[in-house]
Amino acid sequence: MAASTLTESEKRKNMPLEYSTEEGDLRIVGFWIFLAAELVLFSTLFATYLVLQSHTAGAPTAKDLFKINPVMAETIVLLVSSFTCGLGTLELRRHNTKGLIAWLVVTVILGLAFIGLEANEFYSYAVHEGAPLSSSAFLSGFFILLGTHGAHVTLGIFWVTAIIIQLAQRGITAVTARKAFMVGLYWHFLDVVWIFIFTAVYLTGLVI
Amino acid sequence: MQEHKNTAVESEPAGFPWKQVIGLILSLALTFLALWIAVGLSLPVHVTLTLIVGLAVIQALIQLFMFMHVLEGTDTSHQILGLIFGIFVAFAMVAGTLWIMYFTL
Amino acid sequence: MENIKTFLSHFFVTGDPMIYGADASIALVSVAIVFVLTYFKKWKWLWREWLTTVDHKRIGIMYIIAALLMLFRGGVDALMMRTQLALPNMHFLNSEHYNQVFTTHGTIMIIFVAMPFIFGLMNIAVPLQIGARDVAFPFLNAVSFWLFFFGAMLFNLSFVIGGSPDAGWSSYAPYAGAELNPGVGQNYYLIGVQISGIGSLATGINFLVTIAKMRAPGMTLFKMPLFTWSILITSIIVIFAFPAFTVALALMTIDRLFGAHFFTIASGGSPMLWANLFWFWGHPEVYIVLLPVFGIFSEVIATFAHKALFGYVVMIWSMIAISVLSFLTWLHHFFTMGNTAPVNAFFSLSTMLIAIPTGVKIFNWLFTLNKGRIEFTTPMLWALAFIPNFTVGGVTGVMLAMAPADYQYHNSDFLVAHFHSTLIAGTVFGVFCGLHYWWPKMFGYLLNEKLGKWSFWIFMISYNICFMPMYFLGLMGMTRRMYTYPAGLGWGPINFIITIGAFGMGLGFTIMAANIIWSAIHGKRDTTGDPWDGRTLEWSTSSPAPEYNFAHIPVVSTRDAFEAMKEEERKGVKRRQLPFEPIHMPNNSGIPFIMSAFFFVAGFGFVFEWYWMGIPGLIGIVICLLARSFVYNDHHHIPTDEIERTERAAGRFS
Repeated sequence: MAASTLTESEKRKNMPLEYSTEEGDLRIVGFWIFLAAELVLFSTLFATYLVLQSHTAGAPTAKDLFKINPVMAETIVLLVSSFTCGLGTLELRRHNTKGLIAWLVVTVILGLAFIGLEANEFYSYAVHEGAPLSSSAFLSGFFILLGTHGAHVTLGIFWVTAIIIQLAQRGITAVTARKAFMVGLYWHFLDVVWIFIFTAVYLTGLVI
Repeated sequence: MQEHKNTAVESEPAGFPWKQVIGLILSLALTFLALWIAVGLSLPVHVTLTLIVGLAVIQALIQLFMFMHVLEGTDTSHQILGLIFGIFVAFAMVAGTLWIMYFTL
Repeated sequence: MENIKTFLSHFFVTGDPMIYGADASIALVSVAIVFVLTYFKKWKWLWREWLTTVDHKRIGIMYIIAALLMLFRGGVDALMMRTQLALPNMHFLNSEHYNQVFTTHGTIMIIFVAMPFIFGLMNIAVPLQIGARDVAFPFLNAVSFWLFFFGAMLFNLSFVIGGSPDAGWSSYAPYAGAELNPGVGQNYYLIGVQISGIGSLATGINFLVTIAKMRAPGMTLFKMPLFTWSILITSIIVIFAFPAFTVALALMTIDRLFGAHFFTIASGGSPMLWANLFWFWGHPEVYIVLLPVFGIFSEVIATFAHKALFGYVVMIWSMIAISVLSFLTWLHHFFTMGNTAPVNAFFSLSTMLIAIPTGVKIFNWLFTLNKGRIEFTTPMLWALAFIPNFTVGGVTGVMLAMAPADYQYHNSDFLVAHFHSTLIAGTVFGVFCGLHYWWPKMFGYLLNEKLGKWSFWIFMISYNICFMPMYFLGLMGMTRRMYTYPAGLGWGPINFIITIGAFGMGLGFTIMAANIIWSAIHGKRDTTGDPWDGRTLEWSTSSPAPEYNFAHIPVVSTRDAFEAMKEEERKGVKRRQLPFEPIHMPNNSGIPFIMSAFFFVAGFGFVFEWYWMGIPGLIGIVICLLARSFVYNDHHHIPTDEIERTERAAGRFS
């Protein structure tokens, strides 16, 4: 940090628009740090789930409940939404407002599809299989880990929508560019969390 | 906040988004590979777990580098050190908790 | 009619004359505040200058006022406990009431005194020390403060509405669960602490980014003042420890409100998992409230020994080592829950390891004093008293770190004495030290030295009368959290001495409060901005600092930057007076206050499981967030003539 010859404001001139102001630069760094904190938040939920995984207390177990097809559908929808969100950031870098908005709209639609699939999965466990969160420690851990992720995606949908409106009103400016870039980081981060849910919850549940 | 209109350089060239498409293909391939290892093969449990966790880590790195531009910024050391510390604490949480909770008298 | 009566008798805490007295005094104080504000037509002033402010210095002052009020309440709790324990078989408090009092004492002292006091001091000092005009995210800073404030208010409301929590500040499952602990008390704990915890996380991120990115030109990392370094490390610990607590509190809330089974005994829950998650946050929390005061002592000792700090680089690496190790020791809080030998051995070793960097720091302070020109001001007295008194706490900590020996000490008054030795001789001495040291920078006048020294000596001596005997009481077998004890165990006389010490500390604090009031009227004005012959940049601007902190951002070339500037001036180097430029400042905003009030409403609803109230509260929060997202006009510029006027009034422009 000490040895740089260019000052930060000089560096900013050669960077994408979202970094072009001091405020944008500070907020993006702050948001990265926030995501690192979220990492610990989710790791706590993972640790809890993994401890309680075998505490099924006579209620349905992971093997009884999990089915491959709906899980793969959720996974593919979320992976593709991360891809479309990445294309949005690409259009942002090309200063193409229409392209950016279009990809963000696609991302929101995929996000809604994911939430719909997840809600359907929860409903089938809790109602059809008679295994709501209060039936065992395992199910408490399962619903809260996935529910926290789902709540993050839901919040993300509202957030992306608010940014689509601002982009439509103002076009790509230093401020809207920073917001669009940050919501992209958030969306990709939720995809990373899902990868670990897919591995530690579903695949592990099918194996053990 | 001043709303500068397009003062900064356009940083991405036009053309086919190869990086993003490769990222997507790799993600999907790794997902199906992990599924196949878990369901299709009948390896010993600890081997299966090691492999699928390893694949998940690779996939997370793909997101981080191909979509999240983790190496960007006026001083990338902040977010890199932050993430490394976050990963350290997350590891301490998961590994420590499992160790403690599975080894009680 | 009958229904309303039953509802009210459950809603309000009834049946105890002391609580009726509290009800009456709360009502009277509220009426008095409303009357004074209305009579002097101060509502608008309160809203414009304080409730909506995003100025780090004002937010810092509000943190400290709140922390002092909470310290008063936590202190009264302590005195009630000590009165109950003064003699065998006392009937001052019953067991239920005693449980509530030690629970609120612990929670308030850690979450609503130690943390906000430190957040207050860092808000005031850090931006000034690094030559910045504000923190990185001033709006978020206001959100943090108001979340802390409303979280604290929600927690304190339990005293008069619904009933206080009684499961201890660590709220161990299964006792804290719905089955064994019905009622709203525990919900208050979970939700009140949760709300203020969200604010703490935001403060951590805010100060990390501020220190990482907003230092004055030339101030490289290893030229930063040590207090700023300590806050940088503390912020990192806050950021990575608090999410675990957020989750733990949320899981227990879900257990209680929605019948989940994380920490219950039935249906596969694991009470030990609560201890595991709680202390994963709880141990780093100890360093969150200690490292900043290490920073304060480093500043104060260097200033009043009139020497550069000894072993600056070693001090920093010690803190970095502590930040890593602090995440690897949490199990030592529950050695006796039945872990296997390798687990206990690992955490025993990691705990002892953390004593090494701490010990290194103690020696560095001593070597700083060596051959210094020591000036015994009030802040310096607090700093000097810290070294031996805190060391006692540190050494007994190493005793507790030995897992086999811990079976003897665990849950005894030995432990209680140990953590009070670290938290009072460390944190409390530290924040009092910082309060006296930075007071002139906050308000423009000094606290009275004579009263300051009286309060110091009385508090420090009483602290020793209170906690030194407690170690022995613990070794004699008295356990913590017991509300009374029979005569004939030999505990009576020691307990009586401890109680005398506790009231002595109360007297010391009262003198400090009197000093604050006396000095507000008669205190010596600080016209120089540098009353202590300070070494760091906060003393280079006027006292109190102007809204924009520095008319010109200072340029730094060495450690102890202000000392170097003064040295140059003594050598006759004249600084050129540059022309002023308009200064970019953030606008005030009412959203932080309003949003946090919605948090309070939502929290209150969930405490009583009134979802008709909780859910609209949550919707209010989301609306505030969205409203903020659409605010684009969020800054203004201070024109040069206004800067010139301010600087002229402070005698800094001619």
